[in-house]
Amino acid sequence: MAAIDFSHIAVEMSGITKKFGDFVANEEINLTVHRGEVHALLGENGAGKTTLMNVLYGLLKPSTGTIKINGKSLNIFDPNIAIKNGIGMVHQHFMLVESFSVTENIVLGNESTKSFGILDTERAEEEVVHLSEQYGLTVDAKALIQDLSVGSQQRVEILKTLYRGANILILDEPTAVLTPQEIRELVAIISNLTKAGKSIIIITHKLNEIKQMADFCTIIRRGRHVDTVKVSEVTEEELAAKMVGREVSFKVAKEKQNPGEKILDIRELYVEDSRGVMVVNGLNLQLHKGEILGIAGVDGNGQTQLIETLTGLRKAKSGRIEVLGKNITNLSPGKIINKHKVSHIPEDRQKRGLVFEFDIAENMILESYFKPAFSKRFTLLRQNIYKNAATLIEKFDIRPQDATVQAKSLSGGNQQKMIIAREVSNEPELLVAAQPTRGLDVGAIEYVHQALVAQRNEGKAVLLVSFELDEVMNVSDRIAVIFEGKIVGVLDADDADEKEIGLLMAGGTA
Amino acid sequence: MELIIQDLGFIIGTTLMYSTPLIFTSLGGVITERSGVINIGLEGMMYFGAFAGAAVAYFSQNPWLGLLCAALGGAFWGLVHAIACVSFSAEQIVSGIALNFLGAGSALFISRLLFDGATQTLTVARKIPQPLDFLFGEGKMFPSSGFMDLVFNRFATVYLAFFLVFVVWFVLYKTKLGMRVRAVGENPEAANTLGINVTRIRYGAVIMSGFFAGLGGAAMSIAVVSRFSNTLISGHGFIALAAMIFGKWKPQGALVACLLFGAAKGFEIFLGSKGVPVAGDILAMLPYVLTLIILVGFVGKTTAPAAIGKIFDKGDHS
Repeated sequence: MAAIDFSHIAVEMSGITKKFGDFVANEEINLTVHRGEVHALLGENGAGKTTLMNVLYGLLKPSTGTIKINGKSLNIFDPNIAIKNGIGMVHQHFMLVESFSVTENIVLGNESTKSFGILDTERAEEEVVHLSEQYGLTVDAKALIQDLSVGSQQRVEILKTLYRGANILILDEPTAVLTPQEIRELVAIISNLTKAGKSIIIITHKLNEIKQMADFCTIIRRGRHVDTVKVSEVTEEELAAKMVGREVSFKVAKEKQNPGEKILDIRELYVEDSRGVMVVNGLNLQLHKGEILGIAGVDGNGQTQLIETLTGLRKAKSGRIEVLGKNITNLSPGKIINKHKVSHIPEDRQKRGLVFEFDIAENMILESYFKPAFSKRFTLLRQNIYKNAATLIEKFDIRPQDATVQAKSLSGGNQQKMIIAREVSNEPELLVAAQPTRGLDVGAIEYVHQALVAQRNEGKAVLLVSFELDEVMNVSDRIAVIFEGKIVGVLDADDADEKEIGLLMAGGTA
Repeated sequence: MELIIQDLGFIIGTTLMYSTPLIFTSLGGVITERSGVINIGLEGMMYFGAFAGAAVAYFSQNPWLGLLCAALGGAFWGLVHAIACVSFSAEQIVSGIALNFLGAGSALFISRLLFDGATQTLTVARKIPQPLDFLFGEGKMFPSSGFMDLVFNRFATVYLAFFLVFVVWFVLYKTKLGMRVRAVGENPEAANTLGINVTRIRYGAVIMSGFFAGLGGAAMSIAVVSRFSNTLISGHGFIALAAMIFGKWKPQGALVACLLFGAAKGFEIFLGSKGVPVAGDILAMLPYVLTLIILVGFVGKTTAPAAIGKIFDKGDHS
């Protein structure tokens, strides 16, 4: 805050509207950022934050609206113009050439050369080293990008903008891929930059980070400007409400309910990972009708392999898994899904949850395409398939409401809704949800949690695996703590204590 | 002993001669694929270059003019490929296949027009010269038909090919332009955000690949032999493509691979000239069999430019 120079407006965007065909991504948005200010752009996935910043960076042409940079009116229709005017952007998905060195990536497009266009590598490396020391961004100038950690790659991206003389930095979801330690480093870097008079715009949907980093926050909802607030004067709950357009509860409401008969019974399960290391070590677990069992644990304690074995994606070394008294150990995924009614919301929705190139309707029948409702002899019944999708889109509020849209063009939250719609419509006895809210914004998280509770209320058994302890504690009826491939404690969620669980997760005894 | 050395000289010499058309074309492949555009139309471009080079050299009696026109003819088909693949985002393989037919078809068509309905040109009066010829012969520095003569008294295209390997390597790895070409082939989105014109770079690279393939064709028709015929190229463009992959998309690697394929050809001719009792047809298979074996057995997967064959879309539909 101390670094803000209110007499100097670095960015002034007014009345920005951007249409893609009939779809309005941004409507009449205003944004003002001062010199030395950290300004957060908050909104749900698909609200239009990235579109607005792509407009500022010249990657997209606005349909209407004006942009002033340092008081000068500009027509930015090309990243070159943005760069020339001191705007730099760090994209969410890094724009780096993996096989190039750090220096090569930084100078690309702006290379220092000797005569005849011959690269001056030494000078470039010196400049990079100098720049990285100046702002405390430690990187190895000679290292190849493919050998760097994600945090270092992000520093390279920031250096890229500084090398081009950026005074206004746009960071698109900068913390999405960072570890907590790397996030702390980023906060320090941002503070160094503002002290040097740079203005920073952060695109995010994470509320705690706004509180941690930003001075001001502009909230966008469905392409429209909602409000601009001083971060120190609002609470996280208020920000969430403005972003989603209604009160958001961080706590999941659910009625107390008595669990019924036993659905899942895992006995003495042993599973190896791909390297041949035993990562599930004699695990026992029971789950009943009408119950959500949350598995709490630090990443890498066998959760992934447990779920893969449970859903038929990996073979168990020994042990027995029963669903409703029938042995399903090492059956094929197809049998487990359709005969034994186990549904799976996978950890990696891009890899296992969806076929990205397929449209919504096709993704909806991935497990049921052979059923009489969708196919007859050798042909698919297209009409039924699209009718089915239209019903699910309506029921699960998937956007856009068009069954012919490719899965990859949906936001993360809507992709997850698609998977939930498909898995739930398969009428499971057991629903396995692995990290179901990873990468989602608060509105979508609330939706997923409610969907899980709804399944439980309908009398299904739900197995929830998550690395977010808050989530496990909020959603579950019972909590099982996993450590080194074993369940080391099962607690009732109502009287579970965060400290106690934390201790179990770390391998201690409660 | 002397005979063995002479035989060796003969094999090395023919290896160099037959490698040369492959080296040119292979370099073309390196340039285009490094920018991210696959060009399997190199065969057709080489075919057209072989014809254009021979036809122009025949009429003008100037082999250098023939070489230049061959390159320009190849570059023209390169331009067509660039328009299809870069501007109109056509499937690169399909466009390449079409160009193989177009290059060959147009060459034969023009050939029939100019040469009385024949699918081959007449013999050119002057081939590409041998620039070091003055060093060899009676009373010169080296005797004729000795080892030195057999190895080093080569057509100018041979020396040009080796020189261009160096040039392409230098441009790709040591200059600003080359770095941009490689960046576009690895991550066009990144290059675009840095203000590099992906379209322009790719146009340039694809056109250059046609230019080089054209040179390769002429190196065949007016240096190795002295006229174009419809069976002259017969797969050399594809072998050059294989050499580029075997050479891991690097000019120096492609050079080594082309020399290997050229050696197979040299060996074939040597065995044929010695009257080894193996059917000529079997011997003629050698370079192709070698291509298959190498592609199946020795080529790793991971070295291709990351964005190869992928359509680049700037994403603005306004």
